[in-house]
Amino acid sequence: MAEAAIAPAGETAPQVKDLRGISRAGRNDAIFHALCLSAAMLLMATLAGLLISLIIGGWPALSHFGLKFFFSSAWDPVADDYGAAGPIVGTLITAFLSMLFALPLAIGIAVFLVEFCPKSIERWVAMAVELLAGIPSIVYGMWGLFVLGPWFNDHVILPLRLAAEPGSFLEKFLGNASSGSNIFTASVILAIMVLPFIATVFRELLLSVPTYVREAAYGMGCTPFEVVSNIMLPYIRKSAIGAVMLGLGRALGETMAVTFIIGNSHAFPTSIFDSGSTIASTIANEFAEATTDMHVSALVALGLVLFAITFTTLAVARLLLGKEKA
Amino acid sequence: MSAAASAGLFSRYGRRKLVNYVFVTLASMATAVAIAALVMILASLIMKGFGGINAEIFRADTPGGGGDLGTGGLRNAIVGSVMLCAMGMVIAVVIGILAGTWLAEYGDGNRLAGFVRFLNDVLLSAPSILIGLFGYELVVLPMHGGSALAGAIALAILTTPVVTRTTEDILRLQSNQLREAGMALGAGKGLVIRAIIWRASRTGLVTGGLLGFARMSGESAPLVFTNAGNQFFSWNVLGATASLPMTIFYFALSADENWQRLAWVAALLISVAVLSANIIGRALARGSQHK
Repeated sequence: MAEAAIAPAGETAPQVKDLRGISRAGRNDAIFHALCLSAAMLLMATLAGLLISLIIGGWPALSHFGLKFFFSSAWDPVADDYGAAGPIVGTLITAFLSMLFALPLAIGIAVFLVEFCPKSIERWVAMAVELLAGIPSIVYGMWGLFVLGPWFNDHVILPLRLAAEPGSFLEKFLGNASSGSNIFTASVILAIMVLPFIATVFRELLLSVPTYVREAAYGMGCTPFEVVSNIMLPYIRKSAIGAVMLGLGRALGETMAVTFIIGNSHAFPTSIFDSGSTIASTIANEFAEATTDMHVSALVALGLVLFAITFTTLAVARLLLGKEKA
Repeated sequence: MSAAASAGLFSRYGRRKLVNYVFVTLASMATAVAIAALVMILASLIMKGFGGINAEIFRADTPGGGGDLGTGGLRNAIVGSVMLCAMGMVIAVVIGILAGTWLAEYGDGNRLAGFVRFLNDVLLSAPSILIGLFGYELVVLPMHGGSALAGAIALAILTTPVVTRTTEDILRLQSNQLREAGMALGAGKGLVIRAIIWRASRTGLVTGGLLGFARMSGESAPLVFTNAGNQFFSWNVLGATASLPMTIFYFALSADENWQRLAWVAALLISVAVLSANIIGRALARGSQHK
């Protein structure tokens, strides 16, 4: 305790130059500060290391195939010829479709929780939505593979195929759909997975709208719909876009659930009921079996593309959300 | 409300009422859809998972393909998962709490801290598969083979941002008077943080750990690259171990009925672990906020 009593108080204390003059507590403080700082720097180094390792690992494939890597849909491990157009397009389509499904639902849930939900069940509903976010992605994958996929095949694809006239638009629309494992069902699963994230952020944003703004609108005789659509949603517009981008970032990079249900075909998808692949599912599926160096490198290069897409999306999301929210 | 809507569909007031009525219905339906999805997923988990549970699950190791239905268990996968998570959690909690402390206590008005916070937020939602690739390049290649240690490091990279984030948020909740009182007693800044601020935020730090655990234990993508799966029981940290998520990944995609049964059981076990960690963590967080 005696040593603690003469310890410098915080950072304003005069620096003691003499080595023997530094108290033990003061030295501990310096060590502790250095430890904390290095932990934070380690985080930064991790992200930098992630980028560097992807660039190094993917460089052979990128330099060998050049721009063709992005525009060719050839994916032939036997001939060692790789083009990423199929997985890249698959990633963008599934992420876009899932946002299309999830966004209206997320807005609905957030508005319901903030405006209409009876107070007695609000906590439980919010809890259920949070639980949805907690389910591991591999469990979503299993559910998609064993429950949603077969159901979708029996009740949607088969009836539609029976109803489709040969050569009609509907037949073209169905494409080569042959099972429940396709781009559409993968998007549905993705939508369920990102839904709770977007809904939770939206709810917090709606709650952040000042009460006097809402009350003023109600006081003018607005209906709840008009309050939400004309006052509250415009009020949170900027952060709301950030929340959507955050969900998009998750949908783009989601791996296991998609790997289970998208069907894993590298062909360029021609219909949303085709089986396809995303960048993440391709890497997860083939990495363990990749034998040639070029195959591994092509997969890492795919990872680099995914990193570029998600990093941009997430960075924009965080900037829009501001540092305090989400 | 329906009476008002039918009172005058063509009057301006009636139309506004009707639009509002539709809107409320749609919002409620959206919530119903989300809850229905949760119930359906949990229901199939319970129906298919509970049926497969027997004493063998915890006693026997994962069986080879083509075994009779009901034989074999998940002992090696459970032990492997516990080992991976324990090692990963130690790394993630130590680094996460220190980094979070730096951001909250030393980082005010510091450009670098703002940058680190931003990168941490990005890392928080970075695709887990990329972290797996990184773990592969960082640990597996130099060590010439996947191992439990490599898997734990990948899981730690995934979890540290969660712990950092919650730690910073929790420490910021502590009032400055606490810090000032500590310093007035003559304690240095570091001592104040360790002896007073950390102790006051104990519950919050546990919450951060639990949320991190919830994120970590269900993750499977990084393990595909780092912990080359293993069918056998193993305590070896430098060797490959089995793990529950990897077992699901391989068994669910097979055509073997016994393997599929085990995959459902494993999915149920993981979900129970993750969801209870989530619920306990959030309950703790809520409890400490009310104080």
